[in-house]
Amino acid sequence: MDLDVLLLSRLQFAFTIGFHILFPTFTIGLGLFVAMLEARWLFWGEQGAYRLARFWSGVFALAFGVGVVSGLVLSYELGTNWSRFSSFTGNLLGPIISYEVLTAFFLEAGFLGIMLFGWTRVSPRVHFFATCMVALGTIISAFWILSGNSWMQTPAGYAVEDGRVIATDWWAAVFNPSFPYRFAHMVVAALLASAFAIAGVAAWYLLLGVHEEFARRTFSLAMWMAVVAAPAQLVIGDLHGLNTLKHQPMKIAAMESLWDTHRGAPFVLFAIPDEAGERNRAEVAIPRAGSLILTHSLDGEVKGLKEVPPQDRPPVTIVFFAFRIMVGIGMLFIAIALAGLWLRSRGRLYTARWFHRICLWVSPLGFVAVLAGWTVTEVGRQPWIVYGLQRTADAVSLLPAASVATTLALFVVAYTVLLLAFLAFFLRMVRNGPDYTLEPPHFQEKARTIYGRHPARNPAAE
Amino acid sequence: MPIGSALFDLPLLWSAIIALGVFMYVLLDGFDLGVGILFPFTSRREERDAMMNSVAPVWDGNETWLILGGASLLGAFPLAYATLLPALYMPVMVMLFGLIFRGVAFEFRFKAGDRQGWWDASFFAGSLVATFAQGVLLGAFIAGLSLERAPEGGWRYTGGAFDWLTPFTLMTGVGLVCGYALLGATWLVMKTDGRLQDKAFRAARRLTALVVLFIAVVSVWTPLAHPAIEERWFRWPNLLYLSPVPLVTGAVVLALWLALGRRRETAPFVLSMLLFLLAYLGLAISLWPYVVPRALTIWDAASPPDSQIFLLVGVAVLLPIILAYTAFSYRVFRGKVADSHGYH
Repeated sequence: MDLDVLLLSRLQFAFTIGFHILFPTFTIGLGLFVAMLEARWLFWGEQGAYRLARFWSGVFALAFGVGVVSGLVLSYELGTNWSRFSSFTGNLLGPIISYEVLTAFFLEAGFLGIMLFGWTRVSPRVHFFATCMVALGTIISAFWILSGNSWMQTPAGYAVEDGRVIATDWWAAVFNPSFPYRFAHMVVAALLASAFAIAGVAAWYLLLGVHEEFARRTFSLAMWMAVVAAPAQLVIGDLHGLNTLKHQPMKIAAMESLWDTHRGAPFVLFAIPDEAGERNRAEVAIPRAGSLILTHSLDGEVKGLKEVPPQDRPPVTIVFFAFRIMVGIGMLFIAIALAGLWLRSRGRLYTARWFHRICLWVSPLGFVAVLAGWTVTEVGRQPWIVYGLQRTADAVSLLPAASVATTLALFVVAYTVLLLAFLAFFLRMVRNGPDYTLEPPHFQEKARTIYGRHPARNPAAE
Repeated sequence: MPIGSALFDLPLLWSAIIALGVFMYVLLDGFDLGVGILFPFTSRREERDAMMNSVAPVWDGNETWLILGGASLLGAFPLAYATLLPALYMPVMVMLFGLIFRGVAFEFRFKAGDRQGWWDASFFAGSLVATFAQGVLLGAFIAGLSLERAPEGGWRYTGGAFDWLTPFTLMTGVGLVCGYALLGATWLVMKTDGRLQDKAFRAARRLTALVVLFIAVVSVWTPLAHPAIEERWFRWPNLLYLSPVPLVTGAVVLALWLALGRRRETAPFVLSMLLFLLAYLGLAISLWPYVVPRALTIWDAASPPDSQIFLLVGVAVLLPIILAYTAFSYRVFRGKVADSHGYH
């Protein structure tokens, strides 16, 4: 395997985007979480919710910052390392990414300052609006980027003219066949991963017996998020699978390591794919179950990898195992969420230490599942960069391999530093716990607003 | 939709929009990168805190204009995006690394406690490196790229991996560092008081002199090194029509110098922005109509009218909204930094 510019560029993009995705995953979930907490304080008068909002806002800020800088890299990396992809698809994907910037990035960034620093500079309602705008921005961002990425998987609404893609139907291009499933799947994945990360922090406090009020509230909210998101993800994942079977049969074949086309395909629990030999070693399979899961019918047809020549197949081993990791974690999360529900009904949610220990141990796994899932979908798309239209090998910039090797090494070093720093600061924030000196602004006493409301005019002010 | 291209020249409109977007970026991220460059000018923790707090609520929105620049270049002039970026691989990557370390320094420094020194360095070095890289990119852009038609259609860069590294680009790199530092200094004049403001006034004066020097050097060197640009400026009657640019520039410099001397607080920042605008105009005049100098014009590199219109509609609706809430955010954080407490 020689380190040519294609492999180096692929490694670099995979590394930079893999690192990046961890942070929006967390901020999508945290954004909604903080907005919900702030709403509970503002509209339902729950005083404790204010401190939770301030604490989790701080975590949000940390994750958001790293997400922004790593995202900036990607917007230029598409051009530097994938210039032939950019010139081929730019007419269609360029506007989509631009809309992401215009409707999401500016919205988040524009209101982030007020959300993080403006607690005493605007009224509580204006502040809540800012928090909501930031949270909304993260979701709109997911909308556009998943639209663009889904277009690469299931291109629609386009034509190829003069060797370049042009859009013929923008609605069809944006709302391409796989988009709704992948958008839903990603957003719920973000909520699920965040829920378990948040629950992990709360579980840690419960085990230590500190910050009890804070820990109980947080744990309860996180467990509710989990019990809704985990089963939902199973359903969405299933629907996503049906869609993928229809549009990208070879990806499904790789996910299941199915070599021959079957009616009534087996579900391969475990195997060691032998890509050269076009078969599985050490296969443990349940007959017919594959078709049942994939087509909802015991006799459904599932195409095997041998339907296409080897150069049109994705790498099987990586996709097969990544899929199992993702689903395994998903199932684990469902089990834990249901256990949490059962404990809650018995009134033991805050006292079952064995459960808290489990939650602590699994807390980072949501992010592992997200990485695994993205590996399945992007590696499973190979050898295509735009499925059926452009091969990855034909999309890379023709740069000197040494240049890319250098920048790849620099990214690995830089991102390792960032990740370690992020974790160090995150763990320190968790160790310090919430700030009990933070007094919520009294409802009757509005902070100095931009309209300069005079305390004397408000009779209820002290 | 053929109507659009018949009514007005879409590539022309789009180059104006992108030029505006890039200019917004240069102004807005210019001052916050400038503040980072000025970080070593004080070793006092409270002063560094104040410097950072002056830009902390707005830096992310400022940097977003850079993402917009890249994305809209991809959308409206994809061939330019696809040829420029790999050709300028090294300086683009260096800029990105600089921006990474500048960006994370905000949050990490706030939380660092006594290890703040590392993140101070990250803020300074990141800002300096990113700015220098942008200056180098500017110089390389002016100098132009060597392109040829690729057999599979489109264009191909035929230069080397280090063509961007020349004395000219190193000069523009340093020049931009001084320029952003000037924007940063005048921003601090506006946003701080006391000892820090005094330092900012002094730095701004020195930087004004440096920036004037660099503008003069660039104005002479660029036409000398690039005959096409020399022709554009010095051929009669162009010389007559374009002479207001250097004349007004001189007037603005004078006004800036005087404003700083008189310790005006807002005027210096406004005048520095004006100075940038004039330099930017000069650049646009030199490079028109090339989006990849001197090989691809805006019409060569443009995406089809349909793409340009699809995005134009969005921009027309969204840009005023974006400007409105951005202005609102600046308004919320108006006033001197010393006033504000509890920034984190």
